[in-house]
Amino acid sequence: MQKKVIFKGWVLPVALLLPQLVITGVFFFWPAGQAVYQSFLREDAFGLSSQFVGFENFADVLTDPTWLDAAGRTVLFSSAVAGLALAVALFLAVQADKHIRGADTYKTLLIWPYAVAPAVAAVLWLFMFHPNIGLFGRMLNGLGIPWDYKLNGGQAMLLVILASAWKQVSYNFIFFLAGLQSIPKSVLEAAAIDGARPMRRFWTVVFPLLTPTAFFLLVVNLVYAFFDTFGVIHSLTQGGPGKATETLIYRVYTDGVMNLNLGSSAAQSVILMILVIALTVVQFRYIERKVHY
Amino acid sequence: MATLHLHDVKKAFASTHVLHGINLDVADGEMIVIVGASGCGKSTLLRIVAGLETATSGQVIIGGQEVTGLEPADRDVAMVFQNYALYPHMTVAQNMGYGLKIRGLPRLEIDKRVQAAADLLGIGHLLDRRPRQLSGGQRQRVAMGRAIVREPKLFLFDEPLSNLDAKLRVQMRAEIRRLQKRLGVTSLFVTHDQVEAMTLGDRLVVMNQGRAAQVATPMEVWAKPADTYVAGFIGSPSMNFLPGTLEAGGTAVRLDHGLLLPLPDGRRGAPDGHKVTLGIRPEHLLPGTGGLSMQVELVEPLGGESVIHGRLPDGTALTARLPGTAHGEGTLGVILPLESLHVFDAETGRRMEPAAH
Repeated sequence: MQKKVIFKGWVLPVALLLPQLVITGVFFFWPAGQAVYQSFLREDAFGLSSQFVGFENFADVLTDPTWLDAAGRTVLFSSAVAGLALAVALFLAVQADKHIRGADTYKTLLIWPYAVAPAVAAVLWLFMFHPNIGLFGRMLNGLGIPWDYKLNGGQAMLLVILASAWKQVSYNFIFFLAGLQSIPKSVLEAAAIDGARPMRRFWTVVFPLLTPTAFFLLVVNLVYAFFDTFGVIHSLTQGGPGKATETLIYRVYTDGVMNLNLGSSAAQSVILMILVIALTVVQFRYIERKVHY
Repeated sequence: MATLHLHDVKKAFASTHVLHGINLDVADGEMIVIVGASGCGKSTLLRIVAGLETATSGQVIIGGQEVTGLEPADRDVAMVFQNYALYPHMTVAQNMGYGLKIRGLPRLEIDKRVQAAADLLGIGHLLDRRPRQLSGGQRQRVAMGRAIVREPKLFLFDEPLSNLDAKLRVQMRAEIRRLQKRLGVTSLFVTHDQVEAMTLGDRLVVMNQGRAAQVATPMEVWAKPADTYVAGFIGSPSMNFLPGTLEAGGTAVRLDHGLLLPLPDGRRGAPDGHKVTLGIRPEHLLPGTGGLSMQVELVEPLGGESVIHGRLPDGTALTARLPGTAHGEGTLGVILPLESLHVFDAETGRRMEPAAH
């Protein structure tokens, strides 16, 4: 139900909108505009002058094999994070939806990780999996499994995936739980009387009814894995060893802040911006309309 | 198609006792209506038969097979829910065929049975729609269809008509009864609506606070209510109750107002002076003098007749349903036809039948 409110004059509505507009302008449109502007410029090695180069920065980025490697790595990383975070959250939500003792405590505890800052989360995982000082790291080595994510790229990737997914599980959990609770109990009872066993009930009734939630979360999780995992990667591996955990967003940082290649870095962030816009369009245009019961 | 036997079924949630031992024998093809006020345990009883709740003690036997501990899936029953409980993501055809698909029937057979059931219910043209595209009445039919295609041993109805508007409810009520008779499936129907109960059931189970107050045919429940609860629950407006005592060797009742009413159908087996409650239905009261005189408080004209609410001089409420609409405020004399009196024990509320001659 949409209600139309009619204002007399334009001063009050503008005044009410102003804080939001200012925040969006200062923190989004201005920097985004700067990034777009920068992406068409190339600076000299000393940062004293810059010249307009058109789409040359984009062409360079898109043909750079190391950037394409990072793009592939990002796809792998993001799918793994989103998949893992969704699967674990769904499992936990289904368990929490049952009639169990201490359900409220259980739910509260599961929501906590979301309140942990990325850097803190990374430190937590570091203390668990550091080869020398980490509890599990030492245990693995003690068991004869060579574990050192600082040397082994695959292990480093595994660790950042685990840490990033762990952070996102809480968020997904809340949505899945709400989704589960909005399924009428009688529908599940009808399925039970129709002869469906619990597993069948889940896959033929519960899961299809959760797909709108799952699609929404998939987009949110992909965006999260693309952009919000910088803190985790930065604190755990700094994109290393080598470039084993360097995702696109991390590369924007290394190229721009470490290597001071502002034009290229800006072009990369513009590409990422286009990607997230595309994802959002998919979210709103396609999913919100098509997947709806 | 099957018989159903409930043997001393009890249910308690933690320390709250909901059912205090229900016994019921349902014949093959019989339609039993379980009726009672909210919280009397009628839905719980139905859910125990369905297997959605487990009885704390007692036995449920469907078609000679003990199913007390079985899952709903293993009982071969079908249920129609109050909110229909259709699967929102499936089409009407998928909704109806879901149970058959799980049983592994071939697709062609499923399609055939779904089509047959849909035609029977007049929803054959809706098979490709989804539940949200249907009206309440159509959803109700789909829910019925989902039960019919399964050809189960038992139909269970959990207040299936209460979400429909009044006109549709009457129509669906007749339709359910017709279908049930035609298919001959043993059915349990739960409702709080006494009109539904009276019109649908071969027999009624009137529930009161977790007990079956009376199990009998609708007419028997109406004509010979087993206790004051049943007497007050069945019939609209409710039966009038007047306090009194037995006199003349149990062959007459003296009302507390002083009026002496002989009992034409015989002696009640209790000593003189025994406290009783005399019941009389509003529609049995006749206008006239020599009976009771009531102060009219409210007249509800219903067209051909009127419901008159009033009080006796001592404050006891009395309701009469009289023909005509020309009733005004003031004093109204009513007489109590002796053959329409019901005598209940004042203490236990149980009906007191005339002693055998």
